[in-house]
Formats: sequence, C-alpha cells, structure tokens
Amino acid sequence: MRKCVYVGFIVKNILTIIFRKVTQVTNLIVTLIQGISLGSIYALIALGYTMVYGIAKMLNFAHGDIIMVGAYLIYTSVALAHCSPILGILISVASCALLGIVIEFLAYRLLRRASSLSVLITAIGVSYFLQNIALLVFGSEPKSIPVLFNIPAIQIGNSITITGETMLTLGLTVIIMTALTIFINKTKLGKAMRAVSEDKDAAMLMGINVNRTISITFAIGSIMAAFASLCYGISYTYIKPTTGSMPGIKAFTAAVFGGIGSIPGAMLGGILLGVIEKLSMAYISTQFTDAIVFGVLILVLIIKPTGLLGKQIREKV
Amino acid sequence: MSNFNKNYPKTKMIVPPSNTLIPERDADKLPVLDVRNLGIDFGGLKAVDNFTLTIGKTEIAGLIGPNGAGKTTVFNLLTNVYKPTRGAILLDGEPTAGKEPYEINKMGIARTFQNIRLFNEMTVIDNVKVGLGGSVKENLFDALFHTPRYRKNEKMLNEKAYELLGIFGMEDIAKLKAGNLPYGAQRRLEILRALATKPKILLLDEPAAGMNPSETAELMENIRRIRDTFNIAIMLIEHDMNLVMGICEGIAVLNFGQIIAKGTPDDIKNNETVIEAYLGRKENKKNA
Repeated sequence: MRKCVYVGFIVKNILTIIFRKVTQVTNLIVTLIQGISLGSIYALIALGYTMVYGIAKMLNFAHGDIIMVGAYLIYTSVALAHCSPILGILISVASCALLGIVIEFLAYRLLRRASSLSVLITAIGVSYFLQNIALLVFGSEPKSIPVLFNIPAIQIGNSITITGETMLTLGLTVIIMTALTIFINKTKLGKAMRAVSEDKDAAMLMGINVNRTISITFAIGSIMAAFASLCYGISYTYIKPTTGSMPGIKAFTAAVFGGIGSIPGAMLGGILLGVIEKLSMAYISTQFTDAIVFGVLILVLIIKPTGLLGKQIREKV
Repeated sequence: MSNFNKNYPKTKMIVPPSNTLIPERDADKLPVLDVRNLGIDFGGLKAVDNFTLTIGKTEIAGLIGPNGAGKTTVFNLLTNVYKPTRGAILLDGEPTAGKEPYEINKMGIARTFQNIRLFNEMTVIDNVKVGLGGSVKENLFDALFHTPRYRKNEKMLNEKAYELLGIFGMEDIAKLKAGNLPYGAQRRLEILRALATKPKILLLDEPAAGMNPSETAELMENIRRIRDTFNIAIMLIEHDMNLVMGICEGIAVLNFGQIIAKGTPDDIKNNETVIEAYLGRKENKKNA
C-alpha cells in the first residue's frame, strides 16, 4: 500500500516534468535547429580534417586558419573592394583552394616520408604563420562582415522561428555534402583518392599520381573551409585573426568523434557536436558547454576508441 | 608436373647480338625490358649489383633466388620505387630513369605484391576500375548530373572491368569488398588490377605463395592464358620450383644481389652454382 503511494508520487512527478517539457518542446525544436546549423559548420570543417587525414595521414592543424583566411577574403572583397557578395564568395573559395594547394606543396610535401610528429609540428607552425600574417595585414581589431544576403526568416506556428542564416547554412551543407559523396564514390578521381587513402604505394604503381591526388584533396578540404567561413561569417559576423582556432579545434573533435578518416563520420560527428553544444547551452550551463562537449567526446572514445563510425584498424600479423 | 606442359612445346631460346637470352619468336622485336648493369646501394650494402637482363616481348621469365637475395628489390628498381644507384632500364626501348612510379606504370610496367595489397575497403570491380582509371576522362559536373558522357564512360569502364573479371570468372563477386575475398581470389584480383593498367610487362611477386598444388596448377594455366590473350611479357618471382620450371622460358638466378646464372629451365636445373646456392637447400624451402 505504502509502495503504491510512493510509485504514484513518482509517476505524478514524472508526468509533471514531462508536461512542463512538452510546453517547452518548441524551445527544444528551436535549440535543435540551431544545433544542427552550428553542427553543419563543424561538419564542413571536419570534412577537411578527415579527408586530409584519410589521404595524407596527417593532421592539418592549419585547417582552422583557412576558415579565418576565407572569412577575411570575403570581408576584403565585399566590405573593402565592394564586390558583389557572390563574387566575394567565389574569390574566397578559389583563393582558399589555391592556399590549400600551396601550403601542401611548400610545407608538407617534402615531409611526405618524415615522421608524423614532424608534420604535426609543421602544421602548427603553418597555423601560427597564417594567424600572424592576418594580424599584420588586418590588425587585431575585430572586423565585421557585412550582411551578404537578406533571406527572410521562416515562422512556423507562433513560437518557432528559423532565421535565414540558419536555412542558408543547412541548405549549403546539404548540397556540399551530397556533391562530395557523389564525387568520392562515383568519379575516377574519387576512386583514386580512396585508393591513395588505403595504400599509397600500391596506388602509385597502378598509375595514380599520388602527389596530384593529395593536392586535390587539400584543395577540396580548403574549399569546404571557405564555405564554412561563409556560414560562420553570416552567423557570427565578427572576425579576428584567431577566429579559426576554436571552430577548428571543435571540428577536429567532431572528426575524431565520428571516426577520423571517415567522411560520413565527420558529417555525423559535426552535427552531433553542434547539437550537444546547443543543448547543453540551453538546458545545462552556458559556462560548462565546452567542458560538456569534450566530456562527451572522452566518453565516446572510452567506449569506442575509433569514434562513432571509425573502422577498427586491423593489425597485420 | 609434366602434364602441365603437355600442350606447350619447349620454347627454343636464342641469344641475340646483345648476348642475352630471349625466346626465338621475339627475336625480331625490341625486347620489352632491357636492363643494363642495374644496381642499388643501401648504405654500404650493394643490395643489387650488375643486374643485366633482357626480356622478350612475349616471354615468361622467372627470377629466383634464396630469401633476401634481392628479388623484390629488383622489382622495386624496375618500377622506380627505389631509384637505382647505377645502370639503366629500357622499357620497349625507352629509358625509364627519373620517372615517377605512376609514370612507369603508364609506360607499361604493372606489378603485384608479395603480400597482397588490394584496396580492401573498395569493391572488387572498383579495384579493377582504379587500374582502368588512366583510360577515361571525366569530371565532377558529369558525375553530378549524369551527363551522357558520364554514362558512356561508366558503361565503357564497366564493360572493360567485367571483361577483365571474366578472365578468372569473378563477375558474380564484382560487388563484394575486396578485403572479404578468400586468399586465392585476392591474388587473382591483384593480377587483374595490374592487367587493367594495360601493361607491356607484368611483374608478379610470388603469385603462388600460399597456394595448394591444384591452385598453383591453375595459376600456371592462367599465367600462360594471360600471356597469350594480351600478348605481353610476364616476369615472376617465385619459390615454387614446379611453377618456375613449368612455365618460365628464361630464368635468372639471383644470390646476394648478383645474377649467378641465366638460362632456360634445363640450363638452370643443371647449373652447379645454382644447385649449390639454391636448389641444394630445397629441403628447407618449405620454411621460407
């Protein structure tokens, strides 16, 4: 009898909480959409990390700074040179692709056979180099990216609003990821990339130009970073030389979270990371957001060391 | 053993003016591979030295020798994976010096590996298509919108790939992951992937390793069939003496990086130096 009262009490409490949550469900949906939007940016950046890692077997820590360069290029071409936004984006994308190729050629190509630690240190060096160049050219004052597009927000019901920036980010991410998936799976170059990522030497002896394939991988990764900088720029508007660091590290986390080297893993990891970040911001604590995000990462890696979609590396016997 | 050779009369070998041994039927054509005084040093060690060999246009040649003699190193030199310290390689009359391995492949040398190196995460047919890659042009736009050009290319690639898979009757496993194939099928697929790059000479590094006698017999038939179908030269490294003596027309024996004997299977079988260096230790071969 007493037990029944207890159970009844607990059930009542749970129902009350659920009821409260139901009234907050619209808030949840809004948070989720924001999370997916932020996660898409992470995913775009994470794709660059994961592709370069998969193919060149190196962690390109300068990748985050390409976002910063991309954002400054949009700022320069649109705010200073008064180009049209579309032209500004094209300039930014093309220059980032070129920058990726140049960085690979100057900094990493000679280290192809060096230990991964040397390459990692070089990458950190390139990262600081880019940040300091930006500091020299643009100064440490934050610059504001002008409004590029005026997309009206969508109102669903009376409490859910989706901003134009969010829609643009989501749309762009879906398009880019679809194109990338088709590219990797259906084209000759995509096949060459998969071959190089599995076995460079075998690929080379099957007539694949490994250096060119790696260059193209850096170009594609940097193009995605440029698009990420566009999404980042329209959502956060202010940029400074260190703008790329935090999204870069978060995206790297996302890539590891999803399983580094795996393209669907980077997409999933990025979006989950964004959602976790926004959820913990909304429901747990704004200050502890990063701690929670990285805590989840540690938990996932303890349970599944290869990441969510990562493959078990088979040891050769 | 002898019944494998039943339909194949012994090739008459001749010595052309350059003082090397090639099959008589190839005598009037440029040798596909003309290697002169090839050598490489690893530190102070002469891993391969004074390697001189000529291979006829449609010859099946063997490279044998004890473990560590430098056989795989020779393959790596021929494909420029290692840059030779000395000597020259002429592929169909053209020097290969200074070329990248992928360029060497395009010039006409394809190879397989001692420990199979397929693209395991890719399907069987995609492995072959990677090899066929050099023969088509396509871009992202074509792939995204499935333009007529893309469909035409894909159709052609598919046809070619299935044709190659047909050689070993592997059409029905085309969509499986290469890494999930049984060992023997992986070896066969590696040969097909190499053939897809349209080589003039195919280098096989221990193709019979890990095979049982009936699989080896089948492999021998297949090697001959490939040579006859594609009219190419084949050079193989092998420890299985039945296979080497059964199908190779010319054999070179390597020991400590030097060629100690060259000749027809019969020459090699009766060569004292070879017997001492290699065949004399035949009992231990199984541990190799």
